[in-house]
Amino acid sequence: MSILINKNTKVMTQGMTGKVGQFHTLHCKNYANGANCFVAGVTPGKAGQSYEGIPIFNSVSEASAQTGATVSVIYVPPPFAAAAIDEAVEAGLELVICITEGIPVHDMLRTRYKMQGKKTLLIGPNCPGLITPDEIKIGIMPGHIHRKGRIGVVSRSGTLTYEAVWQLTELGFGQSSCVGIGGDPINGMKHVSVMKLFNDDPETDAVVMVGEIGGSDEEECARWIKSNMQKPVVGFIAGITAPLGKRMGHAGAIISGGQGGAEDKLAVMEECGIHITRNPAEMGKVMKHVLKG
Amino acid sequence: MKIHEYQAKEILRQYGVPTPRGMVCFSVDEAIAVAQQLGGPVWVVKAQIHAGGRGQGGGVKVVNSVHDVGTRAGEILGMQLVTHQTHADGQLVRRLLIEEGVQIAKEYYVGMVIDRSKQRVVLMASSEGGMEIEAVAAQSPEKIHKVWINPLSGLIDAEIDAVARQIGIPDAALAQARACFQGLYQAFVEKDAMLAEINPLVLTVDQNLLALDAKINFDSNALFRHSEIVALRDLDEEDPAEVEASQFGLSYISLNGNIGCLVNGAGLAMATMDIIKLYGGMPANFLDVGGGASKEKVTEAFKLMLRNPNLRAILVNIFGGIMKCDVIAEGVVAAAREVHLKVPLVVRLEGTNVDLGKKILAESGLPIISAGDMADAAAKVVTAAKGA
Repeated sequence: MSILINKNTKVMTQGMTGKVGQFHTLHCKNYANGANCFVAGVTPGKAGQSYEGIPIFNSVSEASAQTGATVSVIYVPPPFAAAAIDEAVEAGLELVICITEGIPVHDMLRTRYKMQGKKTLLIGPNCPGLITPDEIKIGIMPGHIHRKGRIGVVSRSGTLTYEAVWQLTELGFGQSSCVGIGGDPINGMKHVSVMKLFNDDPETDAVVMVGEIGGSDEEECARWIKSNMQKPVVGFIAGITAPLGKRMGHAGAIISGGQGGAEDKLAVMEECGIHITRNPAEMGKVMKHVLKG
Repeated sequence: MKIHEYQAKEILRQYGVPTPRGMVCFSVDEAIAVAQQLGGPVWVVKAQIHAGGRGQGGGVKVVNSVHDVGTRAGEILGMQLVTHQTHADGQLVRRLLIEEGVQIAKEYYVGMVIDRSKQRVVLMASSEGGMEIEAVAAQSPEKIHKVWINPLSGLIDAEIDAVARQIGIPDAALAQARACFQGLYQAFVEKDAMLAEINPLVLTVDQNLLALDAKINFDSNALFRHSEIVALRDLDEEDPAEVEASQFGLSYISLNGNIGCLVNGAGLAMATMDIIKLYGGMPANFLDVGGGASKEKVTEAFKLMLRNPNLRAILVNIFGGIMKCDVIAEGVVAAAREVHLKVPLVVRLEGTNVDLGKKILAESGLPIISAGDMADAAAKVVTAAKGA
């Protein structure tokens, strides 16, 4: 088992006729069972065309009805990306993964409001996507650094997630699923919602949680872990050296009004029983230490 | 993106929020002319920089004659204004706002930000006008009243009335409060703001509400649909290195240390800064070259870092995913040659085509220090910076 996606998941790409959408759809199709998973593309006005054998439809609902796809991945440019999420939610998809970076915050506020009461889960935006190694990869992460196994990974970052995954793989720890929840201030699934899924997944033994400055998602997740989590969690927070009030690359990575600093987050996480490290080179080592008891 | 107080007030006026009459000035002569035009008996001379705490730093003066407007304008224009939000050596004052003075009966705070955990715009109001909201939150949080706004129905007058009463705005001024709060919310949404504050919102002795000071920050991701906001950008208030970096699609932030870092990805870039500090060094910058770093981008990144006179060593930390390590290695070698690199360079590559990348670095003939993992890279660059 795994969380959210597996080798039987049927996926459509929204924005598949763009360069980025095509590039990554092809890589995903070529990963593990991808050829059976990536069944549709959506670009308004391009119905009837295809890319690498994947048929393109005018709308999400059409693509879903014709192919049975229940998941979408979005590479649509920022001005139109929130509307693409809205369309996927309206079509009743189970899961939407939005890779797009740079969506206006107010667009996401409206989109998230409209998602209330709907069944669709959202991952991202501004995220690398998610992967269940040796089964399916949905997103822009390099597939080959992963290895099938029993460690879950959840992170707000892209390359820092790859770093964590690589350390695990190097030490012989494979991953059940790896989820990049994205670096934007207004996003879909949070650390805590992914953590709950890992807790319930019988094939996940432990979780690496990678956070960064800004907001209070990590603290909320830590408090949930303290009273509910049955499995060990290793944690790292990027941005101990980040100055106040500066946006560190990610739109959501900013310490505002003295809130959202790395040290505060680490303190709460430690207090809640998470095995924290201040050294990003030792996320894998700490996991090894924890599992060997 | 930040703007000046006078620009924020101009936007608020467009949305029906009353402010004192005033005008921006770039010289003493202009200040005197504006003061004469406004008429007396009281004027306020306000330094315009992108930082708060201007009054405590000596950048805001109340005067009683046109002559004193000129004197104060002369003192403030050209001064290095130091506040708790500026660098230690302050920010050069190039612009002034000359305003009519008003007789204040009571000061309030009203602001809006985006509440990340509730995923709503939140209106915050307080009876403690003129104080920083962070200080009020720390000392007397019960004095901050909040309204989480439904993005589809907007701010409702009944919500405004309730919060206005809670902070002590008299009933006689409720209609004005509605105009102020609604205007602030409309501006916040339509202009894609991330933060908007009127602090203080004042009640004058003749019972009028006025925005005495205003601050608006905008969402950089939404500037593509706001050319009118982009036009308000004042590059003099921004770090020249950060401005230049943004022109090359690089995300760069200057820091106080002496070890430059060039990294792909924002999270890994922050983690790289953190590990440098953990190993006893201090990062000179945050620099994210992004997902598709070309040779040109890497070269520009090197040039930016090298402009810092404190720079003693550079650490390149790349986790090649879609971006292949050999492509990055070629970029690093070409950039190091082009800029005639004099400081030690430590490179850590991992990921796709890593062996090919390391081979290119080794065969370049350049004195590049190769590192195995992040810890090795941090230890090596800190040592190199101390030796240089």
